[in-house]
Amino acid sequence: MIHWLLEPFQHPFNQRAIVAALLIGFTNGYASAFVVLKKSALKVGSLSHALLPGIAVAILVAGLNDWSVFLGSLIAALLIGLGSLAVSRGSRLDQDSALAILYTAAFSGGIILLRRIGVAQEMEGWLFGNIMGLRDGDLWSNFWISCGAMGVLTALHRPLLMTLFDAEVAATLGVPVRALNYLLLAVLIVVLISSLQAVGCMLALGLLVTPAATVYLLTDSTNALFWGGSLLGGLAAAFAVLAGWWLNIEQGPAIVLVLGVVFLLAFLFSPKYGLLRRAPAPGR
Amino acid sequence: MTHPTHDSCAHCGHHHELRVEDLGVRYRELYALQNVSFATSCGACVALIGPNGAGKSTLLKAVAGLLPIAAGRIWWRGTKVAKWSREIAYLPQRENVDWQFPITVRGVVRMGRYPQAGWWRPFSRADEAAIERAIGLMGLAELADRQISQLSGGQQQRVFLARALAQEAHVLLLDEPFTGLDRNSKAALATTLRDLTEEGRLVIASHHDMATVRDIYDEVLLLNRRAIAFGPVAEVFTEAGLVATFGALPAAGKEVA
Repeated sequence: MIHWLLEPFQHPFNQRAIVAALLIGFTNGYASAFVVLKKSALKVGSLSHALLPGIAVAILVAGLNDWSVFLGSLIAALLIGLGSLAVSRGSRLDQDSALAILYTAAFSGGIILLRRIGVAQEMEGWLFGNIMGLRDGDLWSNFWISCGAMGVLTALHRPLLMTLFDAEVAATLGVPVRALNYLLLAVLIVVLISSLQAVGCMLALGLLVTPAATVYLLTDSTNALFWGGSLLGGLAAAFAVLAGWWLNIEQGPAIVLVLGVVFLLAFLFSPKYGLLRRAPAPGR
Repeated sequence: MTHPTHDSCAHCGHHHELRVEDLGVRYRELYALQNVSFATSCGACVALIGPNGAGKSTLLKAVAGLLPIAAGRIWWRGTKVAKWSREIAYLPQRENVDWQFPITVRGVVRMGRYPQAGWWRPFSRADEAAIERAIGLMGLAELADRQISQLSGGQQQRVFLARALAQEAHVLLLDEPFTGLDRNSKAALATTLRDLTEEGRLVIASHHDMATVRDIYDEVLLLNRRAIAFGPVAEVFTEAGLVATFGALPAAGKEVA
């Protein structure tokens, strides 16, 4: 039993996977608080799908390496995000519809392209993650991406929160609301990319919404939302990697599934906002 | 327009004038406001009265620096209002606020010190003192650590007033502050707005309840996409003025929707 429990810690690829899960889960968990407060989960989900065609084109143009994938997916998500804005401003269509059209079309193109350029066996990895396949270099690039994203988000925490709470009031207090909204979206895209190898572009959204959404059901404190989300994201992801090894299930889906189960528990049993514990507080 | 009774900011000792000249605001092709002119100053409580879609919110947002101005000018203390100003506080309609946002009463009030503290700088002792003073003045000391959804409508309105006080704003722009409040909260808010006015602040609020206009406000701006009339309540808030604004006489004592 002990041996079974400790076994995952002995293999280098497992150690890397656990470190990566902690790192990616932590960063995604922190960023997920912004997604939840911004109420923009669907938009972020669309952009996560938009990463795939970027990967395909990047591999086609520059071959498969860390930075080609990073830059390719970043550019694709930015193009599709800004493109949807341009379409909605230049026509009578709303931005969500424009985004849906652009990202599904681009995603389809990405799938067709990826199959043609001979990396079909990796397709599943891009879609659902392959955290066991991480190399030391991947770990380092994830580390730097996480540092950059966390640095920007924590440095701009005050004006970002004001923008999310009430953009108009924030603007009357001198917060550059529009610039911050764009910046936040850009950072969220970067965070999505950092989780690409762990959970793939189909599941990245789960890691970037569920942690803080779960904590949101448990607390009214903003700090707890951000740091609780980080802790939950990191620990749940690391636990899922271990559980995946013990039970022989795929780690990417396991991460998102574990988070989903924790969310369900919070939804049902949260002392304050849980479905089963909602006793009417006196005097409210 | 002069104010013989109180023509200076008691809390700063200067005469402060807000002058709107021939203001026009446009959403795409459509003018929401045109040819709006009036001038008032610190120590006045001004009601914006007009039917729905008359541009009351638009006018408040324009003065707050939130909207691009298509025509005319807004002057505050002799300077053109182009963007935001720390001295002008905007209070949104209560229904437009996300009350589930995980923030406490104190957290909202702290936002008022953002212009002083900036993006990173920790709050100074003066900032903290201003925050606590504002919370105290609005009678929220006991509630300061509550999440904002756990407040009554009147208390929620006072949270945003406290934020404006922490900001040390001279001009308070309120969008429908009385809407959705119960009778006691309305009376309390009216008293608060009078106090802030007597203190020498300029309070401008869009208002729907015709029955209470005379009790709360000094001046009235009748608005329906254009300025119909502006002046002291006794001169402007008349039957003829209301008919000119609404097309018919709004029923007294009822909320005009």
